Amino acid sequence: MTVVLNQSFTGISIGAVLLLIALGLTLTFGQMGVINMAHGEFIMAGAYTTYVLQQSLGGAGLPLLLALPLAFLVAGALGALLEWLVVRRLYARPLDTLLVTWGVSLMLQQLARDVFGAPNVQTRAPELLTGNVSVAGVTFATNRLFILGLALLSVLGLTLLLRLTPLGRRIRAVVQNRDLAEVSGIATARVDRTTFFLGSGLAGVAGVALTLVGPIGPTMGTNFIVDAFLVVVVGGVAQLKGSVITAFALGVLQSVLEYSTTVSIAKVFVLVAIVAFLQWRPQGLYTLRTRSLA
Amino acid sequence: MTTTLSPSPPSAGAARKPAGGPLAARFRVPGAFVLGAVLLVGVAPLVLSDFRLSLLAKYLCYAIVAVGVSLAWGRGGLLVLGQGVFFGLGGYAMAMHLKLADAAAAGSTLPDFMQLYGTSGALPWWWAPFAHPAFALAMTVLLPMAVAALLGLCVFRRRVKGAYFAILSQALAAALSIWLIGQQATTGGTNGLTDFQGFFGYDLDDPVNQRMVYFVIAAVLLLLMAAVRQLFVSRYGELLVAVRDAEERVRFLGYDPAAVKLVAYVGAAGMAGLAGALFVPAVGIISPALIGIVPSIGFVIGAAVGGRASLLGAVLGAIAVAWAQSTLSDAFPAAWTYLQGLLFVVAVGFLPGGLASLASAVRARRARPRTTPPAPTGGTA
Amino acid sequence: MNGDGLTVRDLRVTFDGFTAVDGVDLDIRPGDLRFLIGPNGAGKTTLVDAITGLVPSTGSVRFEGRELRGRPVHRIARLGIGRTFQTATVFEELTVLQNLDIAAGAGRGPLTLLRRRKEVPEPVTRALETTGLTGLRDRPAGALAHGQKQWLEIGMLLVQDVRLLLLDEPVAGMSHDEREATGELLRRVSGERTVVVIEHDMDFVRSFARSVTVLHAGRVLSEGSVADVQADARVQEVYLGSAAGSGSVPGSVPDSVPGSVPGSGSVPGGVPATATATVAEGA
Repeated sequence: MTVVLNQSFTGISIGAVLLLIALGLTLTFGQMGVINMAHGEFIMAGAYTTYVLQQSLGGAGLPLLLALPLAFLVAGALGALLEWLVVRRLYARPLDTLLVTWGVSLMLQQLARDVFGAPNVQTRAPELLTGNVSVAGVTFATNRLFILGLALLSVLGLTLLLRLTPLGRRIRAVVQNRDLAEVSGIATARVDRTTFFLGSGLAGVAGVALTLVGPIGPTMGTNFIVDAFLVVVVGGVAQLKGSVITAFALGVLQSVLEYSTTVSIAKVFVLVAIVAFLQWRPQGLYTLRTRSLA
Repeated sequence: MTTTLSPSPPSAGAARKPAGGPLAARFRVPGAFVLGAVLLVGVAPLVLSDFRLSLLAKYLCYAIVAVGVSLAWGRGGLLVLGQGVFFGLGGYAMAMHLKLADAAAAGSTLPDFMQLYGTSGALPWWWAPFAHPAFALAMTVLLPMAVAALLGLCVFRRRVKGAYFAILSQALAAALSIWLIGQQATTGGTNGLTDFQGFFGYDLDDPVNQRMVYFVIAAVLLLLMAAVRQLFVSRYGELLVAVRDAEERVRFLGYDPAAVKLVAYVGAAGMAGLAGALFVPAVGIISPALIGIVPSIGFVIGAAVGGRASLLGAVLGAIAVAWAQSTLSDAFPAAWTYLQGLLFVVAVGFLPGGLASLASAVRARRARPRTTPPAPTGGTA
Repeated sequence: MNGDGLTVRDLRVTFDGFTAVDGVDLDIRPGDLRFLIGPNGAGKTTLVDAITGLVPSTGSVRFEGRELRGRPVHRIARLGIGRTFQTATVFEELTVLQNLDIAAGAGRGPLTLLRRRKEVPEPVTRALETTGLTGLRDRPAGALAHGQKQWLEIGMLLVQDVRLLLLDEPVAGMSHDEREATGELLRRVSGERTVVVIEHDMDFVRSFARSVTVLHAGRVLSEGSVADVQADARVQEVYLGSAAGSGSVPGSVPDSVPGSVPGSGSVPGGVPATATATVAEGA
């Protein structure tokens, strides 16, 4: 029984990391249709922000707390810059954006190598986040709990932002009918950039979280990016809750399969499961059904 | 949208010209193709050293992949980001055979690396059939095609979006390379399969045999280019463009767009598999690092730079990018990475037709009434 | 009557709880030139979508005695049913000839497909003549004028040899002359084929319709000749009642005001102007 619980907690914490990364993609890919391969490098930017803060401030807890907003701003600014320089010229060609942003991601990785060196670096986790908590015989790593909390908080924040604020209404309006939004007086170009800023900023937050569970390196983003896209694909681009459910489902599936087979075979099985799922729901878990081809 | 084209009468007149004789029209070969063939088969082996020729052989393998990319992506609009998978399947099929043949020549039943990793002593069942040369050769093409057919059927039938297809392809590339790394004892893991002695009875260390491998690769490339060019001008080629630009319309004309796309996708996969198989004797290694997400996207960049929709552009682009990579990446690794990134941004973002579009823009300016290869008008019943 | 035309029985289409087509019955005889009219949101396009298999539906759609429901889109097309869309969709990068050739070839075997086209198939030549595009056949379809694209689409249906044409607002955005030409084209085409046209432009309907079906809120409101329909009190009520809300049809409305189009009176079978005004207003 404890094995099952431990394993599902592992799965949920894998899911939390996935969710945190995918959350930004639900904005840039889900809402705007841009396949931003440099999203992984925004994660990296967030992680290095934490590293730099820790190096310059010393200590562990304060830099981590400061890193959360700062990484959001750094990654967000990079995202907005990317949108302004290239992405906005390519809204009509989503597949080409994938390749262009891949090129950007190569350059950002090399930039990180030039600035911080090719080897991975580490941050020290604050005392509080290095231990375990045991509840009824099940051990929870506190850093995993922190990430889970951060992911859920981000989901909540994003949901409230999209539902309740004028900015959220504008973002949804532009997604649903760009032309109509434009003639209704919404500056769609500015909304696009803001959306991109938010989505990329969330990647930065994810980067801060990743420093707690692994090393920081120039290619750290690449390892997560495809999995994160799969989360959004399976979840369906229309709604946040699709990505939330999918992230945790894939996390648990991955960890259960890993337990009974090996990591590499688990990967293959998860992919097969995803392709099979898309046979059943080609548009993902949650879709907006409308008149097609009007 | 008021495109200024020349009025129709002159173009209709020009259309009748190539009908000088049905045979001549049928076997009309583009000059650039002939020139390329002469350069590849005639000139290159004479002027290049053994070392440079073997490098060229490697580039040509990438060019073979680019032929398929041009078909599937350029004409079909399918962004094939998982070509590494097919390249790898073909490569591993070939490498497994070579390993088994080497082992047999050394009087063993197990390839050297398996003895090293201390496999239980028995050859894994899925290795055994690759001892047969014919089976292994067939698998280099059929295995990638089968995998592509399976994924393609799933994806195209259910009308999964283009972006989803690209992401799934990448995930497949990631999954395969991770799986290969995980199965160290039976696949060689990160090291891959390498250190081949013979190639169907010929000693691979002999420079003469390396030249032979080069000629085989050049011939395969030229043949595939001819075949794909025929596809481009055939009715299927027109249909593929139609599916790319307005899939629903094609459906309402009574075609199954999934089948049309599947042909291009599976064909491209087969070509990538063949390229992988030829890469093994030419370069002497196949490993997960050659087939994951990063190299898979790399297979596309050459075609993008040269011009995805132009067959010759894609092939030349692939060769040029591969050349730049091996020339620059050793001496200036950082500069090369920046350049590579910049290539993606500039070629795809700002010159989506690639360098070929520049060439055709110049050509169009020189000869205004451009005519597609049309049929003569007289033949109406 | 229901031997070989199009027979629709109790057809329903629902999107997330909203019923767009709500139990429609329709009988269209072979050779008819039927117009589907009705205010925006009446379910006209959705009805055509359902017939051609684009959206899932319940009920029954039979053409020439065969049930269409449950077949995939391209199989329905192969039974001899073709359609156009509100925005002309032709293959912009291909020439007019290539467009028509593709439309002609759904039944081609793989060997034919892999070869180059050697001569122009006979149906393609005829379609070029019927649609008046012979002189433009080597021009990329993307370079055609709007009206020419619509004719090309109709030409594609002709070479496809469909026996039922479903056209979604074929004259929207066309000049007066182009409308007349399109109407004549439709008249030529119907007779040996069945033609169903979704249209907002009442002048056009009056000039060319052989029969009219009025849809409202997903149901058939009225059916018959143009005169019958226009005399129908329910039809007048619907159009007057909804004129304020849904009268803003882009494109076709200004032209559809009766009397603004010279020559509309000379059309055979012209209808009394009194009933016309009310219908045209809302359409």
